Amino acid sequence: MTIGSVPLKFRVTIDPERCMLCGRCVDNCSYGVYRNEGDRIRINSRNCVACHRCLAFCPRDAIDIEEKPTDYRSHPVWTRETREAIFNQARTGKIILAGMGNAQPYPIIFDRLVLDACQVTNPSIDPLREPMELRTYIGKKPSHISLKSSAKGEIEFLTKLSPNLQIETPIMVGHMSYGAISLNAQLALAKAVSRIGTFMGTGEGGLHEALYPYQQHMIVQVASGRFGVDINYLERGAAIEIKIGQGAKPGIGGHLPGEKVCADVSCTRMIPEGSDAISPAPHHDIYSIEDLKQLVRSLKEATEWKKPVFVKIAAVHNSAAIAAGIARSSADAVVIDGFRGGTGAAPRVFRDHVGIPVEAAVASVDAKLRQQGIRNEVSIIASGGIRESADVAKILCLGADAVYIGTASLVAMGCRVCGTCYRGVCAWGIATQKPELVARLNPDEASVQVENLIHGWTLELAELMGAAGINSIESLRGNRDRLRGYMLDEGLMQVLDVKSVGA
Amino acid sequence: MCGIIGVIDRRRQCMDGSRIKEALSMMDERGSGEGAGYVAYGIYPEYKDYFALHVFFDNIRENKIAIDNLLEKWGTIVHDEQIKTYEQPNIRKVHTPWRYFFRPDRSLMPKSTTPDEDIVTNLVMRVNAGKNGALVFSSGKNLGVFKAAGWPEDVADFYRIQDYKGYLWLGHNRYPTNTPGWWGGAHPFNLLNWSVVHNGEITSYGTNRRYIESYGYQCTMFTDTEVVAYLFDLLVRKHGLSEEMAVRALAPPFWEEIDVMPEKEQELNKAIRLAYGSAMMNGPFAICVANENSLVGFTDRIKLRPLVTGELGDRLYLSSEEAAIRRMEPDVGSITMPKAGEPVIGRLYA
Repeated sequence: MTIGSVPLKFRVTIDPERCMLCGRCVDNCSYGVYRNEGDRIRINSRNCVACHRCLAFCPRDAIDIEEKPTDYRSHPVWTRETREAIFNQARTGKIILAGMGNAQPYPIIFDRLVLDACQVTNPSIDPLREPMELRTYIGKKPSHISLKSSAKGEIEFLTKLSPNLQIETPIMVGHMSYGAISLNAQLALAKAVSRIGTFMGTGEGGLHEALYPYQQHMIVQVASGRFGVDINYLERGAAIEIKIGQGAKPGIGGHLPGEKVCADVSCTRMIPEGSDAISPAPHHDIYSIEDLKQLVRSLKEATEWKKPVFVKIAAVHNSAAIAAGIARSSADAVVIDGFRGGTGAAPRVFRDHVGIPVEAAVASVDAKLRQQGIRNEVSIIASGGIRESADVAKILCLGADAVYIGTASLVAMGCRVCGTCYRGVCAWGIATQKPELVARLNPDEASVQVENLIHGWTLELAELMGAAGINSIESLRGNRDRLRGYMLDEGLMQVLDVKSVGA
Repeated sequence: MCGIIGVIDRRRQCMDGSRIKEALSMMDERGSGEGAGYVAYGIYPEYKDYFALHVFFDNIRENKIAIDNLLEKWGTIVHDEQIKTYEQPNIRKVHTPWRYFFRPDRSLMPKSTTPDEDIVTNLVMRVNAGKNGALVFSSGKNLGVFKAAGWPEDVADFYRIQDYKGYLWLGHNRYPTNTPGWWGGAHPFNLLNWSVVHNGEITSYGTNRRYIESYGYQCTMFTDTEVVAYLFDLLVRKHGLSEEMAVRALAPPFWEEIDVMPEKEQELNKAIRLAYGSAMMNGPFAICVANENSLVGFTDRIKLRPLVTGELGDRLYLSSEEAAIRRMEPDVGSITMPKAGEPVIGRLYA
């Protein structure tokens, strides 16, 4: 009892005037905050993670959740978080685990960039009346095309196109594995992307049979643990993604706790039930760029060069040079995952302190590839902290071809970003494998919500393009002239290659 | 706004500049008297094998020697002289226009398939990117750009363009918003044998500029129009596309049109869009592009700027306004309005 109790993170109160003792909060809370005791509901606020499941299901709005009800003595250096992390490690001697994305209050570059619109000298285009093209192709593009006129005057076309993924909006759903999220969550995403005409990633968790009907819209992932990878898996995917790193935890591997490896997850991942699934930090067959090239080409060879192969890296200082290496490896797209990217579980120290924001990484990758004349060799997919359609527009202006969304798609299914995914008892049925919790998520209903979200963003993107006098997404891509930095410092504006507002 | 006009005689019969001056003046409503210009092809028959470099010097005594030295380093100045100008009350002569006839030393560019053009392109880019009181605004063979800040009729009289005889002319009446009064900002823009006049604003400029700069071109004119000349140079001269295909790349069909094309055509159009997505131009524009053999006119994909064509005999006329064409050729036969994104091409008879 040296340290004792620390102040509550949240205080839960029930207004007795409003409460009708229906018990829905007791049934819904998977963290053990509520229990029935005769004619009253007892509350243990210490268990609360603010997932808001109880609040969402309380028919009388009787529940109130207050964050940080007790103050520490305020101190700018020794913040509450710093002190609590020390208490935690003093007790356990372990690495602190955390969920979701970077929780440090770094400035968000997206919020310091503004978009342009047309006035007078050129007309804005109304997407309701004029065609507006958001169709995007992900994959290798020819640098030029070769044509030959035949004797009959017909034009013969000599360039061979590499396989590309065709998406009707530049928004895809990123890799969240079966294991990290529930099968119902994956099903909901799969149904949504199929209807929209876009793609989602499987994550490093294999491809469950229930997803086979949607395989034309799935990008299968090969990560350092090789979980779930066999030829059947590779052939089912529309594209293959090699995961080198993840924005939330650059430089380290993954860890799915054994408690989450139920029978079904064990089959899909091809690992024993109940065993921890540990992905090593590096791929043990990739110790240099030429090894990556061999893996890219092996995967292509195995699938007869019919599928694009992506390589995903965490956004780090040297992303631009790494991406230039990837562009030369036969890969078709490079995924840049920024340091605000989400995760089921990551060491807190990595989540909050390692990596760089996706905006800066994409800008430097695009610039480097252009400089070397190899921009057409790979598409750039940006992920990690894409929160709304404006973020999509801005990252496209900085040079990305498309984005992956992760957290946003989970929020569309009910997730409240409580950051407790690693506990495996997600009350929303998303980041859990407990059958009774998974059953809470109806894949059909959830898929409509995800579809609505992507549809809404797509409409907004079309409006933003029209306002900028642009009717095709190609003309937004890399168009940094249509961005301005607002209160960004000189150095960062140089990296982003944008001017200041007013300039 | 801006007004543009172009004419080609397919039999290379020459026209002097008096008619195009009158036609361009018809469109003064489209300009503001702060920029106008002309280009004529076929005007230097005695020097037709040499690159005719037109240069604006801020100051002959200070700036010219550096350019002379640079040119001598990369080839031979066959002849050079001041371009004759005639004082006009409404034109403030802020530059001295000069012409050089230049023969590059191709042995200095051994690895290139088009060494002469590459040397000239590099020289133009280098001079224009440097702050040395000199601007090369015309660099083709047997052609010349004449431009200044002023109304089209004043600029025409300043150079007396009626004294030049060409088989292909372009003219531009400018309503500047970005760089008013700057002679370099007036159209036509030229690189090698490519000349461009443009009405509109290219909203994809940022993308196009980054694309073209990755091929070694440098955008130095503070305007969107110059990328058009560079894009044509890249697509036609370096990538070997026809003018039709180049226009297809810059203003391609919509996907919904491509999706219903026959398979082969679909494949071709898809390939063009994939390869040249960053070259594609967006925003409102009508553009006339000329080289020594052809005149090409095209608009953006939803035709947000006007373009009218007229034909009479061997001559093809392109302009923002029918009235201007009729002023140039009262007997003009068919007047048509090309569809959005579709090129109109006039070629010399072989």
